[in-house]
Amino acid sequence: MVTFLKHAKSRNYTSEFELCRQEAVPVEFGEYHPLKPITVTESKTKKMGRKGSTSSTSSSSSSSMIDPLSSVLDGTDPLSLFAATADPVTTAATTDSTRKKRDKDDILAVGSDFEPWSSKRGEILARYTTTEKLSINLYMGSEKGKATTPGSAVSEKVRTRLEELDDLEEGSQKELLNLTQQDYMNRIEDLNQSLKDAWASDQKVKALKIVIQCSKLLSDTTVIQFYPSKFVLITDILDTFGKLVYERISSMCMDNRGSLPDNFTPESVNDTAKETCLNWFFKIASIRELVPRFYVEAAILKCNKFLSKTGISECLPRLTSMIRGVGDPLVAVYARAYLCRVGMEVAPHLKENLNKNFFDCLLTFKQMHGDTVQNQLVVQRVEIPLYLTLYSPAIDWILQCIAYRAPEILLTEMMERCKKLGNNALLLNSVMSAFRAEFIAARSMDFIGMIKECDESGFPKHLLFRSLGLNLAMADPPECDRLQILNEAWKVITKLKNPQDYINCAEVWVEYTCRHFTKREVNTVLADVIKHMTPDRAFEDAYPQLQSIIQKVVTYFHDFSVLFSVEKFLPFLDMFQKESVRVEVCKCIMEAFIKYQQEATKDPVILNALLHVCKTMHDSVNALTLEDEKRILASLINGFIKMVSFGRDFEQQLSFYVEARSMFCNLEPVLVQLIHSVNQLAMETRKLMKGSHSRKTAAFVRACVAFCFITIPSLTSIFARLNLYLNSGQVALANQCLSQADAFFKAAVSLVPEVPKMINIDGKMRPSEPFLLEFLCNFFSTLLIVPDHPEQGVLFLVRGLLNVIQDYTWEDNSDDKVRIYTNVLHLLSAMTQETYIYHIDKVDSNDTLYGGDSKFLTEINKLCETVIAQILDHLKTLGQEETLKRQSQLALYFFNSILAHGDLRNNKLNQLSVNLWNLAQKHGFADTKTTVKTLEYIKRQSKQPEMSHFTELALRLPLQSRT
Amino acid sequence: MEGSVNLQLSAKSVGVFEAFYNSVKPIQVINSTIEMVKPGKLPSGKTEIPFEFPLHMKGNKVLYETYHGVFVNIQYTLRCDMRRSLLAKDLTKTCEFIVHSAPQKGKLMPSPVDFTITPETLQNVKERASLPKFLIKGHLNSTNCIITQPLTGELVVENAEAAVKSIELQLVRVETCGCAEGYARDATEIQNIQIADGDVCRNLPIPIYMVFPRLFTCPTLETTNFKVEFEVNVVVLLHDDHLITENFPLKLCRV
Repeated sequence: MVTFLKHAKSRNYTSEFELCRQEAVPVEFGEYHPLKPITVTESKTKKMGRKGSTSSTSSSSSSSMIDPLSSVLDGTDPLSLFAATADPVTTAATTDSTRKKRDKDDILAVGSDFEPWSSKRGEILARYTTTEKLSINLYMGSEKGKATTPGSAVSEKVRTRLEELDDLEEGSQKELLNLTQQDYMNRIEDLNQSLKDAWASDQKVKALKIVIQCSKLLSDTTVIQFYPSKFVLITDILDTFGKLVYERISSMCMDNRGSLPDNFTPESVNDTAKETCLNWFFKIASIRELVPRFYVEAAILKCNKFLSKTGISECLPRLTSMIRGVGDPLVAVYARAYLCRVGMEVAPHLKENLNKNFFDCLLTFKQMHGDTVQNQLVVQRVEIPLYLTLYSPAIDWILQCIAYRAPEILLTEMMERCKKLGNNALLLNSVMSAFRAEFIAARSMDFIGMIKECDESGFPKHLLFRSLGLNLAMADPPECDRLQILNEAWKVITKLKNPQDYINCAEVWVEYTCRHFTKREVNTVLADVIKHMTPDRAFEDAYPQLQSIIQKVVTYFHDFSVLFSVEKFLPFLDMFQKESVRVEVCKCIMEAFIKYQQEATKDPVILNALLHVCKTMHDSVNALTLEDEKRILASLINGFIKMVSFGRDFEQQLSFYVEARSMFCNLEPVLVQLIHSVNQLAMETRKLMKGSHSRKTAAFVRACVAFCFITIPSLTSIFARLNLYLNSGQVALANQCLSQADAFFKAAVSLVPEVPKMINIDGKMRPSEPFLLEFLCNFFSTLLIVPDHPEQGVLFLVRGLLNVIQDYTWEDNSDDKVRIYTNVLHLLSAMTQETYIYHIDKVDSNDTLYGGDSKFLTEINKLCETVIAQILDHLKTLGQEETLKRQSQLALYFFNSILAHGDLRNNKLNQLSVNLWNLAQKHGFADTKTTVKTLEYIKRQSKQPEMSHFTELALRLPLQSRT
Repeated sequence: MEGSVNLQLSAKSVGVFEAFYNSVKPIQVINSTIEMVKPGKLPSGKTEIPFEFPLHMKGNKVLYETYHGVFVNIQYTLRCDMRRSLLAKDLTKTCEFIVHSAPQKGKLMPSPVDFTITPETLQNVKERASLPKFLIKGHLNSTNCIITQPLTGELVVENAEAAVKSIELQLVRVETCGCAEGYARDATEIQNIQIADGDVCRNLPIPIYMVFPRLFTCPTLETTNFKVEFEVNVVVLLHDDHLITENFPLKLCRV
């Protein structure tokens, strides 16, 4: 093995830089760029790795403190912005088409601003529950698996049908008693399923029977408090049935012309389909009982489209008046709700029918207080106020249908009608929940008056105030009435005895208060809530409401100094005594802070309060906390830390960081943030002193450095530690703390052997080598400018690092070690230059220290030789068949390094490079494209002055032709 | 093709045995046969053979509408026989077809009926004194009904001391069969439609609405041998199990 001198090419960095540089491309103002908030000038370089990359990275990180994540919270999320402006052409096109469609829909269907039934569904199911035992009464034929085989003769079919009918007549009555609510719901779900099954297996009679039996359940009002939920469940089945019938008939119309268009006319429906449809209607018309007959016909209302154009508009009024026959007012009102629901779906333009339903409904209102109903309530032991609330979902729905895009006059008329009925509270409540918020808000004083006049014993008043509050939260009442409204409403609310009623009401009104009034009023309201919720620890049952109060307060008070000066705010927070809820509330506050706080603050009130909040969040972390949760908490705390600034009072800032460190020691990302913040603080100081520290600032900077040095070891993530050591070392160096910088670098060097082979990234085990490679390259770039310690040998740190690399156990089949060695050569070549490519202000690097001393250069050359020897050794070991490709790649890589950094006028080096070139091509694994380009580059370079030897080199490099 | 009227005597009006043995002979109203294909071989595969029948009545008989009742049945059938060689059995297939008479000319005069039901208007009451007080008013839009149109009207419970349990419309057919011993007249229910369920709101008009079922109804029929008539009962059921019925004869026709 020949050892030889490595001759570094001497470089003139400035001229090279001029040569390589393309003009900087500033990002234009309107142009989209993901890193826009940070001003970056992007410089395009021809060859990567040509010059030190540290300068460019530091430029981007030195901008303001804005956390790109927090700016995301600001609503200027680049991704969503991008999505919004993604493709103006297509989006414009789609909006255009949707608008056109909407215009059409206005006449034919309901728009998206109509709150659909599906959203009410869950609410009703959750609200109307019971612990009473339920029963289902089904007169259904036993399920004997009567699926008719498709090939069976007609007579067979007739016989099974007759059998089924027999079953019906024999009264194979199944009564399921003592069902819990859950059992009941399961049973209904079973029925829904068996309906679908029966339909799928062509047992239409059975399907119809199931539907009839189900709708029969709706005429039964035992366990009345469950009725609304029962309605929801059973109308689901009816909807399914309606859809099945419609689809079936629609599929019968499918002939060779394909399926029917959406807006078909009855003329285009063929006779068989019409006949089938007519059959359904005849069959349903002969259902004996009123309620099932009504529901089943309403369910297939849409099928009228097949028969005639006016079918639906004739049917709706008939069905509406049919409901008059239903004696029980609750059953009747739900039947009306169902009819309105189907009507809105099938023919939303038929408004008169909705009104008629409502007026009919008003006519039957007196029945609620009739004997029949009252007797029933006594038997079931249900209080009147509770009974009345059972009506709400149905009346709400009917009114919502009426109020949808209705003219103001109609609403006023409806109001008048309600007033005539003696301010019926139930109606009033439904009016408030169904009509437009603006409409209600404009008349809020009237409403308050009406609410006050309502009968005490009837519908619960707190629900009325709640509904009013909900409206006022959405729309503003006239300016002059605002305070009076609050006073009047709160007067009633504060008198509510039951804490649950109270908090439900208060929760809603807090929003109104926050929206229109100052902190004084909010404070009063909060104080009142505290007063009501504290006795008997009532707050324990009201955490969701209390939480929502906090949420509302923080959404309206963006100025946190005002917020925390609301005296009762912190005492209010004390009511959250269950830890999980407490943390949730803290999170909510911090999110609001990060979102709304515009500039850094040093307000002691805010700091104290938020430190307390953050501490609560931090203290909730324990061994069982999920990683995600920790990440969220840490990012919230980080957001806060970044928003704290004491301006030029750096000492105070540092002591804040020290305090924060002791407070948040369990969250690693926070510690990392603190180290970055302290480093930043040191750099700020330097900037302020314009690079030359006074005695006082020097001591302060050293304190900062010391802070980092003792904090870093407490982190567990090894790469976090490595990078922070390096980072802090750079900061120390920049602040002329040479011995401290040395200490950081030494610590980093001694930490490298501890890097494990695999590391955990986002829950997945990944090899650590790519990260290590990246870190080491970065480290080498820094080491160029670190001056040698006077008491240690030449290039003490570089040698140390090389030793560590030498001893580190690398993956068997990776060439990363050699890649690093090649990079070390770049470093060494840079070190031999007369003036280094970059410097740190006020720090003398080795170029000035040694002044190109020959001993120093010899040391470097020795190092070079060792490294080159290592590389060549490695190349040799790659001589096996299976590793030839890697050998070729490495050889080319090494060749390129020599080309860029070596002085090829030296013969030996020249020979080495030629050998490498040949080695790279020897086994045909070299990428021809790359080799051709490399050769072109050499030829181009040779035209420059002082590069004439390249011409000769180019001649000696044969280009392997493809075999 | 064959059409016949089957009459059966009810056990109620003539005794069980007589009813069983003495059922009146079916009256054949139409009977005709045609040969569709001359003897020979049918080609293999599907063969469709068109045919048509003139509906010529036997003698001076009238073509009645199809009707399925209890004691009177008017039915028309088509039977196709295929005679085959000695070794194979003959094939037969029967199929019912439905006859709707041609709409009668002329306009139907609507004949509205108003009614009021109170304890006093009731007949065959045992203890009038024990009855709860009630006043039910209403009207039928017409008792002359078009068979394809529903029966309509309105009913108002103006007051009732006892709670209403249910109000129903009962469609009844009245079939009369004439025979040697005189005639038998029987009323049976066709269908029962509930129009009110539970204690309905007072003074609120409740619609009366009933669709006439197909097959089981036909235009009112009066012949020398038999009669088919229809009636509707308005049945009010009170909570103390009092049953109040008001009867209205109907005349159905096809216009």
